[in-house]
Amino acid sequence: MTSGDYRHLQREGLDALVELLARRGFTVIGPTVRDGAIVLDEISSAAELPIGWTDEQDAGTYRLRRRDDEACFGHVVGPDSLKRFLLPPTLTVFSARRGPDGKITMERPECEPRRMAFIGVRSCDLHAMGILNGVLHSGAAPSVSPDETLIISVQCGEAGGTCFCTSMGTGPRAESGFDLALTEVVEDGEHWFAVEVGTPAGAELLAELPARPATAQESQEAALRPEQAAAQMGRTMETGDLRDLLMGNLEHPRWEEVASRCLSCGNCTMACPTCFCVEIADTSDATGAEAEREQRWASCFTVDHAYLNGGSVRPTTQSRYRQWMTHKLSTWWDQFGTSGCVGCGRCITWCPVGIDITEEVAAIRASDTRGDAS
Amino acid sequence: MKTLDALLSECPVFTGLDGETLELIAGCGRNVRFPAEQHLFREGEAADTFYVVRHGVITLEMRVPARRPLVIETLHDGDVVGWSWLVPPYRWAFDARAAEPTAAVALDGACLREKCREDPALGYELLQRFSQVMVERLQAARLRLLDVYGDPRAA
Amino acid sequence: MLPVLTTRRESEDTFTVELDPGDRLAFAPGQFMMLYAFGTGEAAISISGDPAEAARLVHTVRALGPTTQAICAVQPGEVVGVRGPFGRPWPVAEAEGGDVVIVAGGIGLAPLRPALLWILSRRERYERVTLLYGGRSPEQLLYGDELAAWRERDDLDVAVTVDVARSDWRGRVGVVPALVATARFDPAHTVAMVCGPEIMMRATASALSDRGVSAERIHLSLERNMQCAFGRCGHCQLGPTLLCRDGPVFPYAQIAPWMRVWEL
Repeated sequence: MTSGDYRHLQREGLDALVELLARRGFTVIGPTVRDGAIVLDEISSAAELPIGWTDEQDAGTYRLRRRDDEACFGHVVGPDSLKRFLLPPTLTVFSARRGPDGKITMERPECEPRRMAFIGVRSCDLHAMGILNGVLHSGAAPSVSPDETLIISVQCGEAGGTCFCTSMGTGPRAESGFDLALTEVVEDGEHWFAVEVGTPAGAELLAELPARPATAQESQEAALRPEQAAAQMGRTMETGDLRDLLMGNLEHPRWEEVASRCLSCGNCTMACPTCFCVEIADTSDATGAEAEREQRWASCFTVDHAYLNGGSVRPTTQSRYRQWMTHKLSTWWDQFGTSGCVGCGRCITWCPVGIDITEEVAAIRASDTRGDAS
Repeated sequence: MKTLDALLSECPVFTGLDGETLELIAGCGRNVRFPAEQHLFREGEAADTFYVVRHGVITLEMRVPARRPLVIETLHDGDVVGWSWLVPPYRWAFDARAAEPTAAVALDGACLREKCREDPALGYELLQRFSQVMVERLQAARLRLLDVYGDPRAA
Repeated sequence: MLPVLTTRRESEDTFTVELDPGDRLAFAPGQFMMLYAFGTGEAAISISGDPAEAARLVHTVRALGPTTQAICAVQPGEVVGVRGPFGRPWPVAEAEGGDVVIVAGGIGLAPLRPALLWILSRRERYERVTLLYGGRSPEQLLYGDELAAWRERDDLDVAVTVDVARSDWRGRVGVVPALVATARFDPAHTVAMVCGPEIMMRATASALSDRGVSAERIHLSLERNMQCAFGRCGHCQLGPTLLCRDGPVFPYAQIAPWMRVWEL
């Protein structure tokens, strides 16, 4: 699919799109304002999008602010991500019952196939979905319940305060992985979308909407938006030899320094769209006759994540922070063949003490201890 | 029937020493045999004679009231038994007992100490070799102190 | 869920549990199962049985927590949940044509037992085979009768030692790594398989290296927190490796750099 093959869709076309998806039985998940943040939730119409809102993000800072226009997607990413839908925070793996005769019966929960349409997905999150799916389907894993998904992504026109997708090669322009991609243009009293088709399913959807081919000038305007976003990136991460840089600096003094700030709260792992660690918890009721296994989100920042024989392999914040960062940026390559980071900036925004992963990398790079006499 | 210096050269602590040195050391030594259960030396005795096991098993142990002796270590073919002859106060810290019929070379520690005083180069060479033995025994003792097979949950 | 056939106490806190695998038992020496005690939890336990014996799934378990305690307490007729087998096995095929040194400490003999049985059943494919085994005390040594039978064989060198003993113990007192120095094998043509407490494995790998065995041919079996056992929960990481998928058996050359980093 060539990018730049734009169709023009009026603002009302967005309402029509959401209605169309709902009519076809899809659960539509999109950004919406709630509790002072833009989160992902089920929406029943385009009116529930964060119309006229933007987010101001910086290290340890998140605020919503009213825009002076009615843009529907005039924001970047919030605290949650599609991870919540691909890898539910809690999931019952099985229930089991032990009868009076000692016989045990096991039941897997029924998984109804979900039909979900995700609207407003940014390039970074598209990459994150790819990475997370790569992890979830690696090896001899049991199959995930079949989902039918449609992805309506949005090309970013503005960079968020903590974004660094250009450094990670994950945006701001989404090239693939979507069914439809929207570029919102709000200018000179006009409000319309440039639409790119990514798949036959997307084409089929678009055919039901009042879209027409975009003019050359309109196409140019649309193509400009992600370039503007790229120019605005406030942070960079030099990724050249990042994998070897970090594994070659495991005893760097910076780890102790960042540990003096890190609260080990795990916000970063919860907000991160690719963090996938889960714990498997077995429980039973008081009679011992009913048992259940649940899979729940876990974080490598908890002391018991690396529990072994009565103690923890990583009892200090220092080793746990190092584990998170080296896994995300370095050993993820060894384990899954890609980086784990998409440059979405969530870990920077949602860290209560404002630890910035790009700053930590730069600090280690600046005083690389490889080549020092050891 | 091998000569004493040939026997000594087979023991790791003396392997590699030149013929002249081996003869010198052999001059302080003699072949001995211990039947099973016989003691080589006891705790507190003067450490003048030490041994190199040719064939058999020697148990280093410690006597405790109202209990059977506790075994510190067992020593086997080629092992040195005792280094207290090298360092003051030249006293044995443990009992050594033949666990089975054992053939050994007994070496006169006092005689060797004198030869080392006369020939510091010899002294240095022996001290280096015996330090090696001590280090190995110390590492082993430390490993056992760690109780690696104990309950890993214990602090 | 598989039925329990027999359980046997090996020592104060260690039991060997035999399960009826039904018709589907196939595993390689060194692999492990996830054993589930109903309502309590799952634990990663190495298979300790004979790979040729299809009718019994055997594990030797040390009771160290609620799950392993529950598994050690099962009785014939009850059931235990089983998932697996998982993990990279011992390089028994790679070791053919040369000497083999098997070094076990404590319950580390359990995952090595299948490898030894495999080798003994194909004895002509190997040169000199040596078992070096140690435990805390004589009472804690595993597989007593079988160990005695192994010592009787003239196609197998066996040396056993304990850390502490009273004088009625007729065997060696000393540490396992010290047995390496005098074991009879040709370092240039030896594959070593080592399992036991991590301190013991490091000291043993060091002793084997000192004898001239290359780090690529020394193999260790490691342990970390395991939950899913198929590389998806993130708990068993050691540096770039996922123990459940890339291990638990590793060549020392590969894993040594990661073992040396504090709290990795």
